[in-house]
Amino acid sequence: MNDAMNIVELQQVEKQYQGVSALKQLSLELRQGEVLGLFGHNGAGKTTTIKLILGLIGATAGQVRVFGEDPTQSEARNLRRKLGFLQENVSFYDQLTGLEVLQYFARLKGVPKKSCLSLLDQVGLSEAGKRRVKTYSKGMRQRLGLAQALLGEPKLLLLDEPTVGLDPIATQDFYRRIEILKQQGCTVILCSHVLPGVEKYIDRALILGQGNLLAEGSINDLRHQADLPATFHLQGNGLALPDHLAAKASQDDMGTRLDVALGDKMSAIQQLIGLPGLENMDIHLPSLEDLYTHFIESHRGKGVGQNMRQEAAQ
Amino acid sequence: MNAILTVANKEFHDGLRNRWVLSICIIFSVLAIGLAYFGAAAAGKVGFTSLSSTIVSLASLAVFIIPLIALMLAYDGVVGEDENGTLLLLMTYPLSRWQLLLGKMVGQGAVMAFSTLIGFGSSAVMMGIFSGTTSWGELIGPYAVFIFSAVLLGWIFIAISYVISASVSEKSKAAGIALITWFIFVLVFDLGMLGMLVGTQGNVDETLFPYLLLLNPTDIFRLVNITYFADQNLTGLMAIAQQTQFSTLSLLGGLLVWLTLPVTLALAIFNRRGL
Repeated sequence: MNDAMNIVELQQVEKQYQGVSALKQLSLELRQGEVLGLFGHNGAGKTTTIKLILGLIGATAGQVRVFGEDPTQSEARNLRRKLGFLQENVSFYDQLTGLEVLQYFARLKGVPKKSCLSLLDQVGLSEAGKRRVKTYSKGMRQRLGLAQALLGEPKLLLLDEPTVGLDPIATQDFYRRIEILKQQGCTVILCSHVLPGVEKYIDRALILGQGNLLAEGSINDLRHQADLPATFHLQGNGLALPDHLAAKASQDDMGTRLDVALGDKMSAIQQLIGLPGLENMDIHLPSLEDLYTHFIESHRGKGVGQNMRQEAAQ
Repeated sequence: MNAILTVANKEFHDGLRNRWVLSICIIFSVLAIGLAYFGAAAAGKVGFTSLSSTIVSLASLAVFIIPLIALMLAYDGVVGEDENGTLLLLMTYPLSRWQLLLGKMVGQGAVMAFSTLIGFGSSAVMMGIFSGTTSWGELIGPYAVFIFSAVLLGWIFIAISYVISASVSEKSKAAGIALITWFIFVLVFDLGMLGMLVGTQGNVDETLFPYLLLLNPTDIFRLVNITYFADQNLTGLMAIAQQTQFSTLSLLGGLLVWLTLPVTLALAIFNRRGL
């Protein structure tokens, strides 16, 4: 395979369901070893995008290429061996044990059965593997689903809400696994609306809203695009802030709050650090959650703004 | 081919695991042994009596119960996987739609065939051992035809279940339609035919009428087992059909045609199903 080739390539892709547009003009390129976060509210077009990449549905317009081929063509079926997928809310076969479920999927994928035991071990189900899936908790089903997605060392992994139902430790484990896979050259698409903790592990984020691409880029890119301030919280007695900072300060229950543009962050730190009486200083950079909220709201705000202008005109 | 066998193998194990195989075996063997032993109770006798009356009464009971079991076994074959989310997942595997559907039908067909063979076969064995009047040689032919046609009947209704299951989007709807399907094939069709006879005061084309029975696989199944024992005193629809002699082989052929129709239809519908 050509190293420079894009693993996933979407060009001006649109998808309509019975006249309702689920995805509008989406273009996307993913290289080997990239981890992409796909974010958006319910019905934003995340699952549609994933289904298009999997070849489960065809695009209404535009071009989808996965490993350089059209995934909806039957010749592309063998490409699916290089693909791992975990969807939201999969409940598997209650009558079978975890190991039997995994072995069934392994056989369908043409993966040796012996890899199943080690996969179950990796997701922490080695004990539960002998029990029926019926007895599993939601988190255990999710981990079984993950083991299923990892069968046969996939080159492209699509995970829809992978951490739903996982406890914090298991979530950490999961992200660490993604990190290892990335180092092995696996391309990962993470689809989620649960955001805390995910930003460290993704190279790029794509924020969708009502089928539109709202923002795309690394977390740093997004911070610059959004131009959200860094928030300082200062605690101490008799703080005398320099004039230009005092104008931006306000009081809240955590002490003095200060919103500073990202570009001025370092100079602000230098000025604050020597301030007499300062006991504590917390700096909060805009998190992915803040950025997500910002892009969704500003998109919605546009709509609301237009409506208000229209009403005013009437 | 490998994928079909993998799916079929899993379906068969499902059948063993959720006790379908066991329950069908028990139902069939109790039915068959009971009829064989108590079949002549009305005439004031118990014990193994005539082979022909045993098989004919077995066939007329099996014609109700086999379609019902097959429909219950397979009605959620597609729609159940869809509701579980596993259908979507399976479609991302190197597996085509027809392989999945055929695999599932083969697996559940094996459940049906295996249980029918064990269930009804056990009664043949009991009869062979305990009956003073019927020899092993006499038993094997009729029971082979009966079991073979019963398996075909089961397969036809499994395939019909898949037509239903692939067409609907909810499990409960599939269950409802399956029940109606059973009702139509097993009860309404024959009632309609009888009604037609009575309504026209028997003035129906005698050559045409038996062919109308070929429109219903359950009637073909009964004809297969009745034509094998032409000496039976028959009543109702079957007596009329007896006048036209279909050979056992051509009737079994009719069942095979009936099997390919719903299989093809199910594949066509499933191919167009959205995900």
